[in-house]
Amino acid sequence: MMDMIKNMTARPLPKDTGIFLVLIGVAIIFEILGWLTQGQTFIFNAQRLFIIILQMAIIGIMAIGVTQIIIMAGIDLSGGSIIGIAGLVAASLAQTSDNVNAVYPAFTDLPVIIPVLAGLGVAMGLGWFNGAVIAITRIPPFIATLAMLVIARGLSRWYTSGKQVSFFVDDFGFFGSGATPIWIFLGVAVLSHILLTRTTYGRRTYAIGSNEQAARMAGINVGRHKMLVYALAGLLYGIAAIIQTSRAETAQSGTGLMWELDAIAAVVIGGTSLMGGVGRITGTIIGVLILGIITSGFTFLGIGVYFINIVKGIIIVAAVVADQYRHRSKRKA
Amino acid sequence: MAGDIILTTKGLTKHYGGVHALEDADFEIRSGEHVAIVGDNGAGKSTFVRQITGVEQPTAGEIFFDGKTRHFANPLDARKVGIETVFQNLALADDLDVPANIFLGREEVYFNLGPFSFMNEKKMLAMAEEGLKRTAIKIPNLHNTIGNMSGGQRQCVAISRTVTFASKLIIMDEPTAALGVQETTQVENIIRTLKKQGIPLILISHNLRQVLNLVDKIIVFRRGRIVGALDAKKTDGNEIVSLITGLDTGVHENASYI
Repeated sequence: MMDMIKNMTARPLPKDTGIFLVLIGVAIIFEILGWLTQGQTFIFNAQRLFIIILQMAIIGIMAIGVTQIIIMAGIDLSGGSIIGIAGLVAASLAQTSDNVNAVYPAFTDLPVIIPVLAGLGVAMGLGWFNGAVIAITRIPPFIATLAMLVIARGLSRWYTSGKQVSFFVDDFGFFGSGATPIWIFLGVAVLSHILLTRTTYGRRTYAIGSNEQAARMAGINVGRHKMLVYALAGLLYGIAAIIQTSRAETAQSGTGLMWELDAIAAVVIGGTSLMGGVGRITGTIIGVLILGIITSGFTFLGIGVYFINIVKGIIIVAAVVADQYRHRSKRKA
Repeated sequence: MAGDIILTTKGLTKHYGGVHALEDADFEIRSGEHVAIVGDNGAGKSTFVRQITGVEQPTAGEIFFDGKTRHFANPLDARKVGIETVFQNLALADDLDVPANIFLGREEVYFNLGPFSFMNEKKMLAMAEEGLKRTAIKIPNLHNTIGNMSGGQRQCVAISRTVTFASKLIIMDEPTAALGVQETTQVENIIRTLKKQGIPLILISHNLRQVLNLVDKIIVFRRGRIVGALDAKKTDGNEIVSLITGLDTGVHENASYI
């Protein structure tokens, strides 16, 4: 009897063990290359580690939203464009009055909460719109969010006619200063992990990704849940936009271009299955760190920036192949 | 043995455009009763089940369940009043474990926070174990994902889902069609257990041996109509087959249609 209970509650090794070993492996490779070519350590440099994580915090926050969408067997290509418009909207309401070229001369020196809420609201609204289009028209998420990629980028070009927006009130600088982005990233990660593993929200997200028909037959309001997941992802894009705008002290219509691909790459590397139903926030965080180490490592070794993208592409293919292999061996078992 | 009427249909009819899939079906099942629905492919069995489980809405006719007229807009409506169905295409989420599948769409929560309610996994696990015990189903590790299980185990999970929610009527659409011999036996044993517990069951099956062994009453469908209601103890394979095919087969006493 005791054995039976033990059997029932026994959990296998943490599922991210494999991808964590990849992270360690990548770090070791760059460490060795660092000693060989530069004569110094790569990874045991607190400053460098801090910068790697800081730089990846924004992509990481996006990737956490994308993780939940992909678990639901969706995809979102519009993250970078939504960051573009959300950053501009927030920036346009965060300007000081001594700026002669303010976007809204009548709305300057506002309390910082207003630009923040405006940015988050725009991003969340566009995310929700993604979900609504997918749920109501039932067109593939790839197409719906591809359209949003174009639409949101168009919105940001139109919003300030392509001009960049800067000169923010002091309080707005907080979100991108020091280690704040890292703390926000961690907070978002912990919260999302709890939502996915402990609440009905998470259960339904996995269920829809695993078998949408079954979820529907079980009485889950699939359409409404999709809108919720895409809206929450939008909210996370909004948070990323605020941090980016605050850090860069400026917003431009081109901000966030192609970031969605980095976010999707991190999610896929982190072991989330593009077929849906499988994935974890912890894996995505490791995926983000792997991408960060590779990007930083190439710069450290002085290898051209173009090679980074080539290597990233190869890694994405490798990650998806590994996922398919896992799927196949699982079905056989 | 047969108690109060639990489900009745009067003149239940379903047309798909010009196709009359179901015509004027009068059906009843009493509490504690196990009824089989048999018939050739396209005879209207599954159409009938889709009407009484809310998957589709009938063109005409009425459904009475548990003393009231019912209009099921969707399967959830039917489930809410106590009709649990094991569908032919199992409707399980492969990547979730056993308790998660059993409680899909009606998770036990600590307190209600809308879509963000925290789930009571312990309670769901305990209730799942209880439901499995009641049907004498053995699944080695409930935390295994469904995708890793055999067809028989998956079918058992689908069935235990219906039993966990102490339903008033269970409907099984071809529960053993895709199973091996041993797994079929297991499912048949579950059905016998349900019979002992007095839970009424509608069983759709092609397997006449199974039907004769398991149920009290056999309803035969042919070309969208109910053409016979037989007492399982007083009939045999020949009579059923002649009703299914609509031919008086000239009865070969030794014929083994079974």
